[in-house]
Amino acid sequence: MALSSVSVKSKMAKKKTRKTLPLSKDLLLHMHSLMLKSRVLEERLIKIYKAGEAFFWIGAPGEEAFGVPLGLLVHKGQGPEYDYLHLHYRGTPTLVAMGMPMVDSIRLIMNRATDPSTGGRNFSNHYCYPQWNVTPVSSPIEVQYGLALGTAQVQKRFPKGRGLSIVTGGDAGTAEGDFASCLVWASRPKRELPILITVQNNRWGISTDFESQHGETHIADRGKAFNIRTSVIDGNDAIETYMALESEMAYIRKTRKPVLLEARVSRLYGHSSATGANLIPEEDCLKRFQKTLLEHDLLTEKEIKALWAEYEEEGRAAQEQVRAEPAPTAESVWENIYVNSENGDWRKF
Amino acid sequence: MAKLNQAIRMALHYAEENMGVRDIFGQDVGAPLGGVFTVTQGLKTTWNTPLDERGIISMAMGIAMTGERCVAEIQFCDYIFNTIDLLKIAGNTNWVSNGNYTLPMVVMTPVGAGIRGSVYHSHSFDSWASRLPGWKVVMPSNSLDAYGLMLSAVADPNPVLYLKPKALMRVRSDELIPGEPEDQRELGNMIDQPVTDARHTWKPKWPKLEDYRVPIGEAKVTRAGEQITVVSWGRHVLLCNKLADTLKAEGHSVEVIDLRSIYPYDWQAIKRSVKKTRRVLFVNEDTEVTNFAEHLAYRVTQELFYEIDAPPRVLAGKNLPGIGLHPHLEDNSVPQAHEIESAVREILAEVP
Repeated sequence: MALSSVSVKSKMAKKKTRKTLPLSKDLLLHMHSLMLKSRVLEERLIKIYKAGEAFFWIGAPGEEAFGVPLGLLVHKGQGPEYDYLHLHYRGTPTLVAMGMPMVDSIRLIMNRATDPSTGGRNFSNHYCYPQWNVTPVSSPIEVQYGLALGTAQVQKRFPKGRGLSIVTGGDAGTAEGDFASCLVWASRPKRELPILITVQNNRWGISTDFESQHGETHIADRGKAFNIRTSVIDGNDAIETYMALESEMAYIRKTRKPVLLEARVSRLYGHSSATGANLIPEEDCLKRFQKTLLEHDLLTEKEIKALWAEYEEEGRAAQEQVRAEPAPTAESVWENIYVNSENGDWRKF
Repeated sequence: MAKLNQAIRMALHYAEENMGVRDIFGQDVGAPLGGVFTVTQGLKTTWNTPLDERGIISMAMGIAMTGERCVAEIQFCDYIFNTIDLLKIAGNTNWVSNGNYTLPMVVMTPVGAGIRGSVYHSHSFDSWASRLPGWKVVMPSNSLDAYGLMLSAVADPNPVLYLKPKALMRVRSDELIPGEPEDQRELGNMIDQPVTDARHTWKPKWPKLEDYRVPIGEAKVTRAGEQITVVSWGRHVLLCNKLADTLKAEGHSVEVIDLRSIYPYDWQAIKRSVKKTRRVLFVNEDTEVTNFAEHLAYRVTQELFYEIDAPPRVLAGKNLPGIGLHPHLEDNSVPQAHEIESAVREILAEVP
């Protein structure tokens, strides 16, 4: 009796003190749906790898609470009036939020000729969507911080309120010189660049822990030396992340100056298939978000299950479709070395 | 009769006025210096960068991703080596994205020895550059070609590496650039920034330049001959030309080809010439082990073996870690006129 009364009391107390969520119901449910879709897709990619239908998996399960809000807040389009995205290889949630169909991600991991990002040439999560200014993801974990400078340099010529350049990367990659280059070049006096510099700090570089390699308290602190506006956020909190990104992106659009934002995130399946791609007990941002939505009666367990089943079926059907799609031809190695495939093979000079 | 540095400056002026170039940048590229070889003096879109080669290449790649055209400079190719993976990525971007992203960018950098530049102002980069698929690589040996190759480089939709032979920067061409005044002093007064205090208020007066392109991938026969082909690029073309003139007086007929483009290279021009002369020497100053000319010599061996009377030969820089400053050291490191002459005479003397 005593126990049950405590439980009732605490339930009532919880209801009373429950804060109103700062985002609309529609947006919250939309975010949840996309986070779940991204997770189901990544788990599908892992299954594809484990079934021997892909050579390698790398991806972003655990980063949905960061990637989905980012994708939703992007000013999406082609050309310098829109936002540029210089992503690293954990961009699935952002691309899902921007509208990438599951089948495209599966085409990429299964190296089909139909893969719109690389035509079967590169690893999973190495996306490229020129129609949305998503520049090619490359495996070196630092170069995107430098490339963002160039797109931002052109965007700076456009009026306030227009496009900015967004760069994402991991904590380990910030040790590379290109991260420092980004801070130096983005903050030149009177020549500041409109860049959202982000670090998804999961506290790991493959097997090397953050604590053994980083003397700085926060990576974002490095921005302070360059008078760059900085923040450190809980990237496992979808709502906090959405609000932070929204305000920082508005600041950049208005001032045309950079921001350095560090988001603490989890790495739920390890670095990649090279480290097994097995579930690791870290905080799960999706479960946390679901808990909040359930507590606020915005969603039911039944609805979550139904949504999960819907995306699972979409992924399964997409995989089946991709299996039947053509592989790149051997001769296609000579294509697109140069524009319009000219000068590909020196034997033909 | 513009100097090579004036020719490049005029090409860049033409490019920013007529070809959409909005960023010409690098260390000391902007005012007040306008480049350590004054190549970028007086231009309107130049700016100075931090001392950060990786930042410079990254900036160029990012600008190119938006479709805008830019020209970036690495002050000396000796300092380009820390950008090599960015150069690889710039070269593979079109390929790895299966044609989604092209990078219409130009990177220019001074190369080679010949000015007593010591260990870190004497490197060559042509052979290194030949291992960067996706890049086009050009190297002029005279002012008119320097002008025409720069305009082609800017117009090209691919990344182009423009190698500037630093020993030729102040060498005049004997051909006029279209639109260039005939009087070289007049040109200097118009476009050379004064070294006095007047430089702070100085503005260039540009001649009415015209469009002139040297197609990338097209070599030029600089001396016609019948008995041996000498293929070179950059500053060594001048040494080869001079040698051809000297030997002509002795009755030897030497054909000299200025390759002008390292990649893509003009195989048809080499093939045509070697089939005629049946003997070939390749001359350049990058180091000799896995030298780019070894690829060309290999190709001659494979494709023209039964049509040649002597083994194809490569005369290149010695395989040393650097170029020593003392003339005894430098001169024994990169091909000298007398060495080219000996090689030509030896090949001519070969009896099949």
